[in-house]
Parts: sequence; structure tokens; C-alpha cells
Amino acid sequence: MRTAGLFALVAALILGTGFLQSWNSALIILNMGLVSAIMALGVNLQWGLAGLFNVGVMGFVALGGLAVVLTAEAPVPEAWAAGGPRILGALLLGVATIAASALAWKRLPRGRRGWAVAALSIGGFFLYRAVLDPAVDAVEAVNPAATGYLGGLGLPVLLAWPVGGLLAAGVAWLIGKTALGLRSDYLAIATLGIAEIIIAVMKNEDWLARGVKNVIGLPRPLPYEIDLQNDPGFVERAAGLGLDPTTASTLYVKLGYSLLFTAVLVIVLVLAQLALNSPWGRMMRAIRDNEEAAEAMGKDVTARHLQIFILGSVLCGMAGAMMTTLDGQLTPSSYQPLRYTFLIWVMVIVGGSGNNLGAVLGGFLIWFLWVQVEPMGQWLMAAVTSGMAEGSWLKGHLLDSVQHMRLLTMGVILLLVLRFAPRGLLPER
Amino acid sequence: MEILNALVALSNFVLIPAIAYGSQLALGALGVTLIYGILRFSNFAHGDTMAIGTMVTILATWGLQALGVSLGPLPTALLAIPVGIAGAALLVLGTDRLVYRFYREQKAKPVILVIVSMGVMFIYNGITRFIIGPDDQNFADGERFLITAREFKEMTGLKEGLALKTTQGITVITAVLVVALLFWFLNHTRTGKSMRAYSDNEDLALLSGINPERVVMVTWLIVAALATVAGTLYGLDKSFKPFTYFQLLLPVFASAVVGGIGSPLGAIAGGFVIAFSEVGITYAWKKVLVYLMPESLEPSGLVQLLSTDYKFAVSFVILIIVLLFRPTGLFRGQSI
Repeated sequence: MRTAGLFALVAALILGTGFLQSWNSALIILNMGLVSAIMALGVNLQWGLAGLFNVGVMGFVALGGLAVVLTAEAPVPEAWAAGGPRILGALLLGVATIAASALAWKRLPRGRRGWAVAALSIGGFFLYRAVLDPAVDAVEAVNPAATGYLGGLGLPVLLAWPVGGLLAAGVAWLIGKTALGLRSDYLAIATLGIAEIIIAVMKNEDWLARGVKNVIGLPRPLPYEIDLQNDPGFVERAAGLGLDPTTASTLYVKLGYSLLFTAVLVIVLVLAQLALNSPWGRMMRAIRDNEEAAEAMGKDVTARHLQIFILGSVLCGMAGAMMTTLDGQLTPSSYQPLRYTFLIWVMVIVGGSGNNLGAVLGGFLIWFLWVQVEPMGQWLMAAVTSGMAEGSWLKGHLLDSVQHMRLLTMGVILLLVLRFAPRGLLPER
Repeated sequence: MEILNALVALSNFVLIPAIAYGSQLALGALGVTLIYGILRFSNFAHGDTMAIGTMVTILATWGLQALGVSLGPLPTALLAIPVGIAGAALLVLGTDRLVYRFYREQKAKPVILVIVSMGVMFIYNGITRFIIGPDDQNFADGERFLITAREFKEMTGLKEGLALKTTQGITVITAVLVVALLFWFLNHTRTGKSMRAYSDNEDLALLSGINPERVVMVTWLIVAALATVAGTLYGLDKSFKPFTYFQLLLPVFASAVVGGIGSPLGAIAGGFVIAFSEVGITYAWKKVLVYLMPESLEPSGLVQLLSTDYKFAVSFVILIIVLLFRPTGLFRGQSI
């Protein structure tokens, strides 16, 4: 009952945006709300179901974005000819170095193994750089204004969504292997770090995805607006609905994305619900509530944690790929931790951790607020400053600072929910 | 001569910057570690506490500058630091009263407090941006250098110059004073001793009549002072930008964990370990090596292990290595 009511409220908010502002804005909110809901589901799996504290959501989301470029962009043959195989070789060399060091650490007898591992990894690092650097220079020199990177595989863009999940899974495995099983906040610090590093790599490795030069005009799963406007059949149908071709084409594309995203969200949600109520889900909650007891019952706590940490990260990676597809461009500098990590956390906590529907609700509601707080704040500040002298310093300052109201509002919402409704809007059953 | 030149180059580009940066990190990590030891959670709002303390200091500096007050060759901000500390102290004490105390009384799990500190981080971040804006602020004034590279060259006749910025000198001196004061306080005063007792064993400390609220209050006051000093020194040395302070969270946490979280001595050691690795790994060593190697072996590249954009990666990798091989840190800190 409560669930239905709250979801109706969110629907009303979005419909209200449609009626009062424009249907385009409403659909933009809806689409990002759908993506946010999937991210929130991922974090909810980790936190709500297993009590794992992941503050590297941004990194996994960015990996999803990278996956879109790597999968869907057309390859750049000149760049591949210039240094593609050498770069791949260097990366393999890097992986081999790490593997050899790990193996040496395990196999060699105590005592001298530290030196052996150090020598192996330092030598491997220099070898790796010696192969990689010239290849990178060669690739980045290929028409740097337009390409200067290897490009992708030229596969359909929808395929990038699972690939984004896979990339995220790989990184999550690495992090989980090192930081899980230690103190709970070590995972938080480790994920905080890996997210920053992923963004740093995406900003600086131009051969990979052009770095801060951005990749624009990514392939889309849906037709372009301009093609629709030039299609007489579409224009006719739009006219039949009483819409001008421009509006109709933008709405058509956005609705298409909404349908695609809804399909993904429904699948993910059904799977998450099934998992929650399965014996596996009960085991997870048992582990969360009392690790010692679960361990005494013979459950491998660290392995289960690793498993669910990877699953949750996969969802974040997939959502990241979907978001980049929606934007049609990859801009590494747009990834901000407050927006992509901590906001998702607010969604999960407000929605109700441990409850999948709650995470989805939180995703929509908080996203709506995040978008709409700014116009509301502007209106509020205009009201507050209306009595002040025109052109006074304070008035200008207050009006300029409206954009920072969002962070303040989100912090206050998070603290209020944690204090007065710690189980969220839709508590776990 | 060659060796002297190499040494000077090394000091100029690696040792001095790393010592200054290490002192700043150590002060930041001390704050994190104290909160961990007494309040038992990792405070994600610490970077933004530093930002707020620095912001108040900057505002006070501007006020003093407008009044025509200055310290001559030293930056005016030094005079303004007490105001900054007072501002930060008011803020964290208010936050504790309104937010953290409730969870302390509930005996909430540490991870809940971490999430709460995330909310506090949002709010602090919003306040900072609301008041001073998200842009770079440069508030260093006074003499820029103690010794400029040119003066040093003329003085010694060496080919390499050694520049010592005023802010670097001030950073090190202030850090030494602050740390000495802190350790004296922790080891020789009644309150300091009760803080250590509370950190070691909460129940035992309560039994012997230590007032927990007082310990917590003193901790917050010290943390506010440490955060403001660390933030102001960093801002003087580089520049003040709210987002950079948020990003400092990672090296600061890394320092605390590497040293052994909860251990003040470890926090200082960790700060320098992180700073030296960060500067050492991202520095282009060619300049030093050309003096040391025979001409035939001179390196052709820059001999830079990683570009400076990856400095966060350095703190992270060290963090991971420590987590893998010595999870309690170099100085055997606490663990939960």
C-alpha cells in the first residue's frame, strides 16, 4: 500500500514536470531516473543485502562509459597499424608481471621471496613502460584532432551494456580480493581510491578513449532526430498527433530510451527480487546480520562477500554504459564523486536499504529532487532577496550560489532520513 | 661538484616539496586518526572540515588585509588561523551536538557513523561552495621565497638552484610545533591521558570516572585545530580549491592507514611515506641523473615513473600493499 502510494507520488512528480515544464524535461528526468534506479539496485545489493560499503560507484559507472567507446566506436585502422598490437603486448606484459610476482610470492620459500618479487615487479614495470610508451606516442600521433586513439570494436552499441558490466566485474574482483575480509572501512577507502584512479586513467590515457578530448557522437541504438524529421512518413504521423516534427522526433527518441531502460530495469529488478527471496538471499542476510554465526554454520563469508560485491558492481557498470549511450558522448571530466558515488548512496538510504523496490524508488525520487532543487532554490532565493537593494553584493552572491544548494539539500535529506527513519521510506521486510 | 649539483637538484625538486607535503598530510592524518581512536569511525567529512577551516581563515585574512594589517614577510593568514580554528571548532562541535551524539548514545555500528559522516560531508561541501564558491583562491601574501634559485646559485656558484618557498618553511616549522604540542598534551596533561585511556579501552576508562562527553569535545576541538592548520598550510603552499580538499581525503586516509589507524605516531610516519612516494614516483629524475651518470649512460627520456596525474594512484598502491601485507599498518594501529 505504502509502496504503491510512494511510487504514485513519484509518477505524479514526473507527470507534473511534463504538464508544467515540458515533456522533454520530464522524459530526461525519467530516463536518468531509470539509470539511477539500476545503480541504486547495485549499491543496495552490496549494502542492503551484504552490508558492504562501496564508495567507488563512480569508478564502476565510468568503466561502463568506457565500455561503450571500446565496444561501439569504429576501430581506427591507422592507429592500430601504428601501435595497436604493441599496446596490447605491453598490457599483456603488465598482467604477466603481476601474475609472475604473485606466483613467486606464493611458491618461493620465505626469506628471499620479498627481494625476488620486488626485482620481478620493478623489472617488469620498466619493460612494460619501454614497450608501451613508444606505441602510445605512435597511436596518439595519428590525426590527434579527430582520433588519436585505437577506437573500439565497431559492435552494436547495445552489446556495450553487458560489456560495461564485465569490465566493472573485473575491477571489482581485484578490489574485493584485496580489501574484503579486512576491516569494514578499508573496503570504503580502497573503493574510494580505485574510483579516482579509474577516472585518472580515463582522463590521461588518450590512446584508450581520447582522454579529456572526449569521444563524441557515439553510435546510438535509436534513430537520429534529424533523420526522423526528414522522414515524410514520420512527419505525417506527428502531424496526426498534433505535434510539430522537431518536438515529435525528440520525444520519440527519448521515449525509445525510456522503453529500453525500463526493460533492463524490470529484468534486473525481477532477478534481484528472486535473489533476495532465494536461499542465497537468506544466507546473505544471515551473514550480514551475524558474520560469526554464519561462519560457524560453515559459510565462507569472504567468498560470499566477494560474489555480491562483484554482482553489485556489474549493475553499476551496466548502468554507466546505459548512461553514456543516452548522452551519446564520453566526457571523463564530468565524473564527480559527489554526483556519481554519494548521490547514489543517498538514493539507497532514503529509499530503504535492503529493499529493492526502495532502492528503485529512492533512485527516482532523489534524482527528481537533484534536478529540481536548483529551479526551486532559484525561486526561493529570488523570494528571499526580493527585498534587498538591486545590485547589492549580497543579493548577487546569494543568487549565484543557488547551484550549490543541491549538495546542502542532499546532505540534509540524508541526515534527516538516517536520524528519523533509518530504515528508509520503504523499510526492509 | 657533480654530486653536489645532483644533491641540490634532488633537494629542490623532491626533498623539500615532499617534506612540506608530508607535513601537511601528517597533520591531516592526525585528525583522522584521533577521530578514529576516540569516536571509532572513519570520518569522510575530514577533507571538507579542512576546507571549511581554511575558508574561514581566508575570509579573516581578507578582513585583516582590508584593515591594512600584515605580518611583513610572513603571510597574513598566520594571524588569521586562530579565527579559522574557532570557526571550524564551532562547526564540528555543532555537528557533534546535532548529528553524531545521537548515534553515540545509540551505540550505532561504526559503519553507520561513516555514512552519517558522508551526509555531513555533503553539507560542509555545500556550505563551502555556498560561501566562497568552487573556484581557486590564492591568499598567500608576504615574501614568496626565503631563498630564490638565483640567489642560491650566486651564493654557492653551483649550476643548480635551490628555491625555498616561505610557505614551505612555515609549513615545516608549524607542523613541528603543532605535533610537539599535541604529543605533550596527550602524554602529560590529565585530559590528554584520559583521551588515550578512552581510546585504549572505553569501558575501563568509563569505570575510572572519565567523562566521555568531555573527551569527545576535546577531541573535536583538537581535530578542528589540526584540520584548519593542515588546510591553511596546504592552501598557502598550493592554492585553495574546495574540490582539491575533498580529493585530499584519499592521501590523508592512506597516510592514516599506512601508519596504523588510531596511532598518532603512525599518522605522521604515514604522511611522510605517502608524500615521499608520491613526489618521488611522479618526479622526472633526468635532472638528477645527468649529474650522476657518465655522459655515455645519460638517460634519453625524462625517467619519470608515472605522470603527475597519477599521484593518487601512488597513495592507493601503497595503501593496497600495506593492506595486503600488514593490515594493521606500520605502527600496529587498532582494528575492528
